[in-house]
Amino acid sequence: MTTTDEAHILELLTEVKDPEIPVLNVVDMGIVRKVESEGDKLIVTITPTYSGCPAMDVISANIRTVMRKHFGEQVEVKTVLHPPWTTDWLTDDAREKLREYGIAPPEKGSPDKSLLFGEKAPVACPKCGSENTKMVSEFGSTSCKAHYKCNECLEPFDYFKCI
Amino acid sequence: MTQEQKFEYLLRLGDNALILGQRLGEWCGHGPALEEDIALTNISLDLIGQARSILTYAGELEGKGRDEDKLAFFRDAHDFRNVLLVEQPNGHFGDTIARQFLYDHFAWLLFNELMQSSDEQVAAIAAKSIKEVTYHRRHSSEWIIRLGDGTEESHAKIQQSINDLWMYTGELYTPDALDEAAHAAGIAPDLTKLADYWHENVHGVLKQATLDIPEDGWMQKGGKQGIHSEHLGFMLAEMQHIPRAYPDAQW
Ligand SMILES: [Zn+2]
Repeated sequence: MTTTDEAHILELLTEVKDPEIPVLNVVDMGIVRKVESEGDKLIVTITPTYSGCPAMDVISANIRTVMRKHFGEQVEVKTVLHPPWTTDWLTDDAREKLREYGIAPPEKGSPDKSLLFGEKAPVACPKCGSENTKMVSEFGSTSCKAHYKCNECLEPFDYFKCI
Repeated sequence: MTQEQKFEYLLRLGDNALILGQRLGEWCGHGPALEEDIALTNISLDLIGQARSILTYAGELEGKGRDEDKLAFFRDAHDFRNVLLVEQPNGHFGDTIARQFLYDHFAWLLFNELMQSSDEQVAAIAAKSIKEVTYHRRHSSEWIIRLGDGTEESHAKIQQSINDLWMYTGELYTPDALDEAAHAAGIAPDLTKLADYWHENVHGVLKQATLDIPEDGWMQKGGKQGIHSEHLGFMLAEMQHIPRAYPDAQW
Protein backbone atom coordinates (compact mmCIF):
# COMPACT_ATOMS: atom_id res chain seq x y z
CA MET A 1 0.00 0.00 0.00
CA THR A 2 1.43 3.36 -0.99
CA THR A 3 1.26 6.52 1.08
CA THR A 4 -1.27 7.99 -1.35
CA ASP A 5 -3.54 4.94 -0.94
CA GLU A 6 -3.28 5.30 2.79
CA ALA A 7 -4.07 9.02 2.69
CA HIS A 8 -7.03 8.26 0.44
CA ILE A 9 -8.38 5.62 2.83
CA LEU A 10 -7.96 7.92 5.81
CA GLU A 11 -9.84 10.58 3.87
CA LEU A 12 -12.69 8.11 3.28
CA LEU A 13 -12.67 7.15 6.96
CA THR A 14 -13.51 10.73 7.94
CA GLU A 15 -17.04 9.80 6.83
CA VAL A 16 -17.31 7.64 9.97
CA LYS A 17 -18.44 9.74 12.92
CA ASP A 18 -18.53 9.04 16.63
CA PRO A 19 -22.22 8.20 17.20
CA GLU A 20 -22.13 9.97 20.57
CA ILE A 21 -20.26 13.08 19.41
CA PRO A 22 -21.25 13.37 15.75
CA VAL A 23 -18.98 16.35 15.05
CA LEU A 24 -15.93 14.10 15.45
CA ASN A 25 -14.84 11.49 12.96
CA VAL A 26 -12.70 8.48 13.76
CA VAL A 27 -9.55 10.01 12.27
CA ASP A 28 -9.96 13.26 14.28
CA MET A 29 -10.33 11.17 17.40
CA GLY A 30 -7.10 9.31 16.80
CA ILE A 31 -8.68 5.88 17.13
CA VAL A 32 -7.57 4.71 13.66
CA ARG A 33 -4.13 3.28 14.31
CA LYS A 34 -3.26 1.66 11.00
CA VAL A 35 -4.55 0.88 7.53
CA GLU A 36 -2.81 -1.88 5.61
CA SER A 37 -3.45 -4.46 2.94
CA GLU A 38 -2.79 -8.16 3.13
CA GLY A 39 -3.19 -9.69 -0.32
CA ASP A 40 -6.68 -8.61 -1.43
CA LYS A 41 -7.74 -7.78 2.09
CA LEU A 42 -7.87 -4.32 3.60
CA ILE A 43 -7.25 -4.17 7.34
CA VAL A 44 -8.18 -1.17 9.46
CA THR A 45 -6.86 -1.26 13.02
CA ILE A 46 -8.59 0.80 15.68
CA THR A 47 -8.16 1.25 19.42
CA PRO A 48 -10.98 1.84 21.90
CA THR A 49 -11.23 5.12 23.79
CA TYR A 50 -12.67 3.59 26.99
CA SER A 51 -12.84 -0.14 27.81
CA GLY A 52 -16.61 -0.19 27.98
CA CYS A 53 -17.40 2.46 25.39
CA PRO A 54 -20.60 1.19 23.73
CA ALA A 55 -19.88 3.35 20.68
CA MET A 56 -16.94 1.16 19.67
CA ASP A 57 -19.06 -1.66 18.22
CA VAL A 58 -21.08 0.82 16.19
CA ILE A 59 -17.90 2.53 15.03
CA SER A 60 -16.32 -0.70 13.78
CA ALA A 61 -19.54 -1.68 12.02
CA ASN A 62 -19.66 1.74 10.34
CA ILE A 63 -16.01 1.55 9.29
CA ARG A 64 -16.71 -1.83 7.73
CA THR A 65 -19.71 -0.46 5.85
CA VAL A 66 -17.85 2.54 4.45
CA MET A 67 -14.81 0.50 3.46
CA ARG A 68 -16.93 -2.16 1.76
CA LYS A 69 -18.69 0.50 -0.27
CA HIS A 70 -15.34 1.48 -1.77
CA PHE A 71 -13.28 -1.70 -1.67
CA GLY A 72 -15.68 -4.66 -1.67
CA GLU A 73 -16.11 -7.45 0.83
CA GLN A 74 -12.48 -8.05 1.77
CA VAL A 75 -12.35 -5.70 4.73
CA GLU A 76 -11.40 -6.46 8.30
CA VAL A 77 -11.58 -4.14 11.31
CA LYS A 78 -9.15 -5.14 14.05
CA THR A 79 -9.08 -3.79 17.60
CA VAL A 80 -5.84 -3.38 19.53
CA LEU A 81 -5.41 -2.16 23.09
CA HIS A 82 -1.75 -1.27 22.96
CA PRO A 83 -0.64 1.46 23.12
CA PRO A 84 -3.69 2.68 25.05
CA TRP A 85 -5.67 5.56 23.58
CA THR A 86 -5.04 8.94 25.12
CA THR A 87 -6.81 12.27 24.68
CA ASP A 88 -3.49 13.59 23.31
CA TRP A 89 -4.35 11.79 20.09
CA LEU A 90 -7.29 14.10 19.43
CA THR A 91 -6.20 16.39 16.61
CA ASP A 92 -6.19 20.18 17.13
CA ASP A 93 -8.98 20.27 14.60
CA ALA A 94 -10.98 17.87 16.77
CA ARG A 95 -10.45 20.05 19.85
CA GLU A 96 -11.81 23.06 17.98
CA LYS A 97 -14.82 21.07 16.75
CA LEU A 98 -15.55 19.96 20.31
CA ARG A 99 -15.45 23.51 21.61
CA GLU A 100 -17.79 24.73 18.87
CA TYR A 101 -20.12 21.84 19.66
CA GLY A 102 -20.28 22.98 23.32
CA ILE A 103 -17.93 20.40 24.86
CA ALA A 104 -14.79 21.71 26.55
CA PRO A 105 -11.82 19.86 24.99
CA PRO A 106 -9.38 17.96 27.23
CA GLU A 107 -6.20 19.65 28.38
CA LYS A 108 -3.04 18.33 26.75
CA GLY A 109 -0.69 15.91 28.46
CA SER A 110 -1.71 12.82 30.38
CA PRO A 111 -2.64 13.33 34.03
CA ASP A 112 -0.30 12.02 36.71
CA LYS A 113 -1.85 8.70 37.64
CA SER A 114 0.18 8.28 40.80
CA LEU A 115 -1.62 11.13 42.56
CA LEU A 116 -4.78 10.21 44.42
CA PHE A 117 -6.18 13.73 44.35
CA GLY A 118 -4.35 15.57 41.57
CA GLU A 119 -4.61 19.34 41.16
CA LYS A 120 -7.09 19.96 38.40
CA ALA A 121 -6.15 22.48 35.74
CA PRO A 122 -8.85 25.08 35.08
CA VAL A 123 -11.35 24.15 32.37
CA ALA A 124 -12.57 27.01 30.19
CA CYS A 125 -16.29 27.33 29.50
CA PRO A 126 -16.91 26.46 25.82
CA LYS A 127 -19.67 29.08 25.65
CA CYS A 128 -18.05 32.21 27.13
CA GLY A 129 -14.40 31.19 27.60
CA SER A 130 -14.35 31.96 31.33
CA GLU A 131 -12.14 29.79 33.51
CA ASN A 132 -14.39 30.46 36.47
CA THR A 133 -15.96 27.01 36.22
CA LYS A 134 -16.73 24.21 38.63
CA MET A 135 -16.79 20.45 38.26
CA VAL A 136 -20.23 19.10 39.17
CA SER A 137 -19.32 15.44 38.66
CA GLU A 138 -16.39 13.57 37.21
CA PHE A 139 -18.91 11.42 35.36
CA GLY A 140 -21.14 12.68 32.59
CA SER A 141 -23.54 11.53 29.90
CA THR A 142 -20.91 9.22 28.33
CA SER A 143 -17.71 7.53 29.58
CA CYS A 144 -15.51 10.22 28.07
CA LYS A 145 -17.16 13.24 29.65
CA ALA A 146 -17.28 15.02 33.00
CA HIS A 147 -20.03 17.40 34.03
CA TYR A 148 -19.16 21.09 34.66
CA LYS A 149 -20.90 24.38 35.17
CA CYS A 150 -19.79 27.90 34.38
CA ASN A 151 -19.97 30.41 37.24
CA GLU A 152 -19.78 33.30 34.78
CA CYS A 153 -22.52 32.60 32.21
CA LEU A 154 -24.19 29.95 34.44
CA GLU A 155 -24.38 27.39 31.61
CA PRO A 156 -23.82 23.72 32.40
CA PHE A 157 -21.46 22.00 29.97
CA ASP A 158 -19.60 18.76 29.29
CA TYR A 159 -15.84 18.45 29.56
CA PHE A 160 -14.08 15.78 27.50
CA LYS A 161 -11.98 14.38 30.30
CA CYS A 162 -8.29 13.90 29.98
CA ILE A 163 -6.92 10.35 30.04
CA MET B 1 2.59 -21.95 34.59
CA THR B 2 0.27 -24.20 32.58
CA GLN B 3 -2.35 -22.84 30.18
CA GLU B 4 -5.09 -23.99 32.56
CA GLN B 5 -3.54 -22.11 35.44
CA LYS B 6 -3.22 -19.00 33.32
CA PHE B 7 -6.85 -19.32 32.29
CA GLU B 8 -7.82 -19.57 35.98
CA TYR B 9 -5.76 -16.52 36.82
CA LEU B 10 -7.41 -14.51 34.05
CA LEU B 11 -10.83 -15.56 35.33
CA ARG B 12 -9.95 -13.99 38.67
CA LEU B 13 -9.14 -10.69 37.02
CA GLY B 14 -12.11 -10.78 34.66
CA ASP B 15 -14.67 -11.98 37.20
CA ASN B 16 -13.74 -9.28 39.72
CA ALA B 17 -14.50 -6.64 37.11
CA LEU B 18 -17.61 -8.39 35.80
CA ILE B 19 -19.26 -9.04 39.15
CA LEU B 20 -18.52 -5.60 40.57
CA GLY B 21 -19.68 -4.02 37.31
CA GLN B 22 -22.95 -5.96 37.49
CA ARG B 23 -23.45 -4.97 41.13
CA LEU B 24 -22.95 -1.29 40.34
CA GLY B 25 -25.36 -1.62 37.43
CA GLU B 26 -28.08 -2.43 39.97
CA TRP B 27 -27.89 1.25 40.98
CA CYS B 28 -29.12 2.36 37.58
CA GLY B 29 -32.14 4.56 38.24
CA HIS B 30 -31.72 4.22 42.03
CA GLY B 31 -28.76 6.53 42.78
CA PRO B 32 -29.14 8.97 45.67
CA ALA B 33 -28.68 11.89 43.27
CA LEU B 34 -28.66 12.10 39.49
CA GLU B 35 -24.89 12.73 39.36
CA GLU B 36 -24.18 9.68 41.50
CA ASP B 37 -26.57 7.52 39.53
CA ILE B 38 -24.58 8.45 36.44
CA ALA B 39 -21.23 8.03 38.21
CA LEU B 40 -21.97 4.52 39.49
CA THR B 41 -23.26 3.33 36.15
CA ASN B 42 -20.29 4.91 34.33
CA ILE B 43 -17.95 2.99 36.60
CA SER B 44 -20.03 -0.12 35.99
CA LEU B 45 -19.60 0.33 32.26
CA ASP B 46 -15.82 0.71 32.58
CA LEU B 47 -15.63 -2.45 34.69
CA ILE B 48 -17.76 -4.47 32.28
CA GLY B 49 -15.53 -3.23 29.46
CA GLN B 50 -12.47 -4.41 31.35
CA ALA B 51 -14.15 -7.75 32.03
CA ARG B 52 -14.92 -8.10 28.35
CA SER B 53 -11.27 -7.61 27.34
CA ILE B 54 -9.99 -10.02 29.97
CA LEU B 55 -12.60 -12.75 29.45
CA THR B 56 -12.25 -12.58 25.67
CA TYR B 57 -8.55 -13.24 26.10
CA ALA B 58 -9.19 -15.98 28.66
CA GLY B 59 -11.54 -17.70 26.22
CA GLU B 60 -9.00 -17.54 23.40
CA LEU B 61 -6.33 -18.96 25.66
CA GLU B 62 -8.58 -21.78 26.80
CA GLY B 63 -9.19 -22.72 23.18
CA LYS B 64 -12.59 -24.35 23.70
CA GLY B 65 -14.52 -21.81 21.70
CA ARG B 66 -15.89 -19.92 24.70
CA ASP B 67 -16.10 -16.18 24.12
CA GLU B 68 -16.67 -13.50 26.76
CA ASP B 69 -20.46 -13.96 26.63
CA LYS B 70 -20.23 -17.72 27.09
CA LEU B 71 -17.96 -17.20 30.06
CA ALA B 72 -20.15 -14.52 31.60
CA PHE B 73 -23.55 -16.12 31.08
CA PHE B 74 -23.02 -19.87 31.00
CA ARG B 75 -20.95 -20.56 34.09
CA ASP B 76 -22.43 -21.33 37.50
CA ALA B 77 -21.41 -19.71 40.78
CA HIS B 78 -18.73 -22.29 41.65
CA ASP B 79 -16.98 -21.59 38.34
CA PHE B 80 -16.59 -17.91 39.13
CA ARG B 81 -13.24 -16.80 40.55
CA ASN B 82 -13.97 -13.28 41.82
CA VAL B 83 -13.12 -12.28 45.39
CA LEU B 84 -15.95 -12.29 47.93
CA LEU B 85 -15.77 -8.51 48.39
CA VAL B 86 -17.13 -7.65 44.95
CA GLU B 87 -20.20 -9.91 45.18
CA GLN B 88 -21.41 -8.40 48.47
CA PRO B 89 -24.81 -6.70 48.07
CA ASN B 90 -25.01 -2.98 47.42
CA GLY B 91 -26.62 -2.16 50.77
CA HIS B 92 -27.00 1.59 51.17
CA PHE B 93 -24.92 4.12 49.24
CA GLY B 94 -22.21 4.12 51.93
CA ASP B 95 -21.88 0.32 51.74
CA THR B 96 -21.45 0.54 47.96
CA ILE B 97 -18.86 3.31 48.28
CA ALA B 98 -16.94 1.41 50.97
CA ARG B 99 -16.85 -1.75 48.83
CA GLN B 100 -15.72 0.30 45.83
CA PHE B 101 -13.06 2.13 47.83
CA LEU B 102 -11.51 -1.07 49.19
CA TYR B 103 -11.51 -2.65 45.74
CA ASP B 104 -10.35 0.42 43.78
CA HIS B 105 -7.23 0.81 45.90
CA PHE B 106 -6.37 -2.83 45.28
CA ALA B 107 -7.19 -2.72 41.55
CA TRP B 108 -5.10 0.39 41.06
CA LEU B 109 -2.03 -1.22 42.65
CA LEU B 110 -2.57 -4.47 40.80
CA PHE B 111 -3.04 -2.94 37.35
CA ASN B 112 -0.08 -0.67 37.93
CA GLU B 113 2.07 -3.80 38.35
CA LEU B 114 0.32 -5.80 35.63
CA MET B 115 1.42 -3.17 33.10
CA GLN B 116 4.83 -4.85 33.43
CA SER B 117 3.39 -8.36 32.99
CA SER B 118 5.40 -10.78 30.86
CA ASP B 119 2.13 -11.47 29.05
CA GLU B 120 1.73 -8.70 26.47
CA GLN B 121 -2.04 -8.88 26.32
CA VAL B 122 -2.36 -8.70 30.11
CA ALA B 123 0.02 -5.72 30.11
CA ALA B 124 -2.04 -3.99 27.40
CA ILE B 125 -5.32 -4.54 29.23
CA ALA B 126 -3.76 -3.22 32.45
CA ALA B 127 -2.40 -0.10 30.74
CA LYS B 128 -5.85 0.58 29.34
CA SER B 129 -7.69 -0.14 32.58
CA ILE B 130 -5.49 1.84 34.94
CA LYS B 131 -6.60 5.07 33.32
CA GLU B 132 -10.16 4.24 34.32
CA VAL B 133 -9.33 2.80 37.74
CA THR B 134 -7.44 6.01 38.52
CA TYR B 135 -10.60 8.09 38.47
CA HIS B 136 -12.72 5.37 40.06
CA ARG B 137 -10.30 5.40 42.98
CA ARG B 138 -10.47 9.17 43.21
CA HIS B 139 -14.27 9.10 43.18
CA SER B 140 -14.63 6.49 45.93
CA SER B 141 -11.86 8.03 48.08
CA GLU B 142 -13.43 11.49 47.86
CA TRP B 143 -16.73 10.02 49.03
CA ILE B 144 -15.09 8.19 51.94
CA ILE B 145 -13.65 11.51 53.11
CA ARG B 146 -16.85 13.42 52.53
CA LEU B 147 -18.98 10.89 54.41
CA GLY B 148 -16.44 10.21 57.17
CA ASP B 149 -15.72 13.86 57.77
CA GLY B 150 -19.36 14.81 57.20
CA THR B 151 -22.23 14.70 59.67
CA GLU B 152 -22.43 12.54 62.76
CA GLU B 153 -24.83 10.22 60.95
CA SER B 154 -22.78 9.88 57.76
CA HIS B 155 -19.66 9.28 59.85
CA ALA B 156 -21.29 6.51 61.86
CA LYS B 157 -22.77 4.87 58.78
CA ILE B 158 -19.60 4.83 56.68
CA GLN B 159 -17.57 3.60 59.66
CA GLN B 160 -20.01 0.71 59.97
CA SER B 161 -19.77 -0.04 56.24
CA ILE B 162 -15.96 -0.15 56.40
CA ASN B 163 -16.06 -2.34 59.51
CA ASP B 164 -18.57 -4.74 57.94
CA LEU B 165 -16.56 -5.23 54.75
CA TRP B 166 -13.11 -5.36 56.28
CA MET B 167 -13.13 -9.15 56.68
CA TYR B 168 -13.35 -9.49 52.89
CA THR B 169 -10.19 -7.49 52.22
CA GLY B 170 -7.60 -10.12 53.23
CA GLU B 171 -8.45 -12.21 50.20
CA LEU B 172 -7.44 -9.38 47.88
CA TYR B 173 -3.81 -9.35 48.89
CA THR B 174 -3.19 -12.82 50.38
CA PRO B 175 -1.66 -15.02 47.70
CA ASP B 176 -2.54 -18.68 47.20
CA ALA B 177 -0.62 -21.22 45.10
CA LEU B 178 -2.07 -19.89 41.84
CA ASP B 179 -1.14 -16.27 42.64
CA GLU B 180 2.36 -17.47 43.45
CA ALA B 181 2.61 -19.41 40.20
CA ALA B 182 1.45 -16.33 38.26
CA HIS B 183 4.08 -14.28 40.05
CA ALA B 184 6.81 -16.85 39.37
CA ALA B 185 5.86 -16.79 35.66
CA GLY B 186 6.26 -13.01 35.60
CA ILE B 187 2.59 -12.59 34.72
CA ALA B 188 1.47 -11.10 38.03
CA PRO B 189 3.13 -9.20 40.88
CA ASP B 190 3.96 -10.42 44.36
CA LEU B 191 0.72 -9.84 46.25
CA THR B 192 2.44 -9.68 49.64
CA LYS B 193 4.22 -6.55 48.45
CA LEU B 194 0.98 -4.98 47.27
CA ALA B 195 -0.49 -5.68 50.71
CA ASP B 196 1.80 -3.10 52.34
CA TYR B 197 0.98 -0.41 49.80
CA TRP B 198 -2.72 -1.19 50.02
CA HIS B 199 -2.71 -0.76 53.79
CA GLU B 200 -0.71 2.44 53.57
CA ASN B 201 -2.99 4.02 50.96
CA VAL B 202 -6.27 2.87 52.49
CA HIS B 203 -5.19 3.92 55.99
CA GLY B 204 -4.19 7.34 54.66
CA VAL B 205 -7.66 8.03 53.27
CA LEU B 206 -9.43 6.61 56.32
CA LYS B 207 -7.39 8.88 58.59
CA GLN B 208 -8.20 11.89 56.45
CA ALA B 209 -11.85 10.86 56.71
CA THR B 210 -11.51 10.84 60.53
CA LEU B 211 -12.46 7.15 60.50
CA ASP B 212 -11.05 4.36 62.65
CA ILE B 213 -8.93 1.76 60.92
CA PRO B 214 -10.33 -1.71 61.62
CA GLU B 215 -8.03 -4.42 62.96
CA ASP B 216 -6.92 -7.06 60.48
CA GLY B 217 -8.69 -9.90 62.28
CA TRP B 218 -10.34 -13.01 60.84
CA MET B 219 -10.48 -12.76 57.05
CA GLN B 220 -13.08 -14.53 54.92
CA LYS B 221 -11.73 -16.20 51.82
CA GLY B 222 -12.74 -18.67 49.13
CA GLY B 223 -13.99 -16.59 46.21
CA LYS B 224 -10.78 -16.98 44.24
CA GLN B 225 -11.18 -20.76 44.52
CA GLY B 226 -14.87 -20.73 43.62
CA ILE B 227 -16.34 -20.94 47.13
CA HIS B 228 -18.75 -18.03 47.26
CA SER B 229 -21.20 -16.38 49.61
CA GLU B 230 -24.88 -17.07 48.98
CA HIS B 231 -25.23 -13.63 47.34
CA LEU B 232 -23.49 -14.61 44.12
CA GLY B 233 -26.07 -17.19 43.05
CA PHE B 234 -28.98 -14.75 43.29
CA MET B 235 -27.03 -12.17 41.40
CA LEU B 236 -26.10 -14.58 38.61
CA ALA B 237 -29.70 -15.75 38.33
CA GLU B 238 -30.69 -12.23 37.43
CA MET B 239 -27.67 -11.54 35.25
CA GLN B 240 -27.84 -14.78 33.30
CA HIS B 241 -31.51 -15.61 32.92
CA ILE B 242 -32.15 -13.93 29.55
CA PRO B 243 -29.21 -15.50 27.69
CA ARG B 244 -30.01 -18.85 29.28
CA ALA B 245 -33.70 -18.66 28.40
CA TYR B 246 -32.86 -17.64 24.82
CA PRO B 247 -29.38 -19.06 24.28
CA ASP B 248 -29.16 -18.29 20.59
CA ALA B 249 -30.60 -14.80 20.77
CA GLN B 250 -28.68 -12.17 18.84
CA TRP B 251 -28.83 -8.41 19.14
ZN1 LIG C 1 -19.53 30.39 30.53
